Amino acid sequence: MSISIQTQDFNLADEVAALEQDNAADGAVVTFTGRVRNQNLGLEVSGLYLEHYPGMTEKSLEKILETARGRWDIGRVRVIHRIGQLDLGEQIVFVGVTSKHRRDAFAAAEFIMDYLKIQAPFWKKELTEQGEKWLDARQSDTAKAQQWDR
Amino acid sequence: MIKVVFFAALREQLNCAELSLSADESTDTIAKVKQLLVEQHPQWQDTFNNASLLSAVNHEMVDGSHPVKSGDEVAFFPPVTGG
Repeated sequence: MSISIQTQDFNLADEVAALEQDNAADGAVVTFTGRVRNQNLGLEVSGLYLEHYPGMTEKSLEKILETARGRWDIGRVRVIHRIGQLDLGEQIVFVGVTSKHRRDAFAAAEFIMDYLKIQAPFWKKELTEQGEKWLDARQSDTAKAQQWDR
Repeated sequence: MIKVVFFAALREQLNCAELSLSADESTDTIAKVKQLLVEQHPQWQDTFNNASLLSAVNHEMVDGSHPVKSGDEVAFFPPVTGG
């Protein structure tokens, strides 16, 4: 399975090993891991809570991966997104892509991550010293994703 | 029947996760579903006037003109913030 929505943490080395195993055709392996960082807009963050829309999340991620496959020559793809309560420094999301050459692997991985941020139904609630706050979507994320339209 | 579900900050603002509506001409588009929800819950008016609210029918993102029929699942939610 190339898409997982889960509470459990993932192991980067294991995911890379799975992308590489019996995969001599692909010379490039590109990965991205997103983590809970300690500050956002000046406020100290202690953790995150992530919600999603079961059913729609998987469907929208599948469409994003189909679009990536249609556009670039890529081999294996893996997307993991965690949900629930996550502490500072914890891993949130993993995107891994293999390809014969690096150009398509880098482009596809970045595209998948950019589109995930604006189309997949996940919502983050930040836990800070001043209480809980749902994060607003960033116009910069929308603009970044729209760059792929050209 | 039409199932309507709400997520994240919107669910908390409305203090409602899910409800059902009859399927008829007053709920045959997303815009009409919104209108009926506000008629039934006047205190939701400001929340549903928020232009950034997104909607989906059967797990597909759609706009206000999209048709809705019996058996559909309609969702309303804030812009997404994954990753």
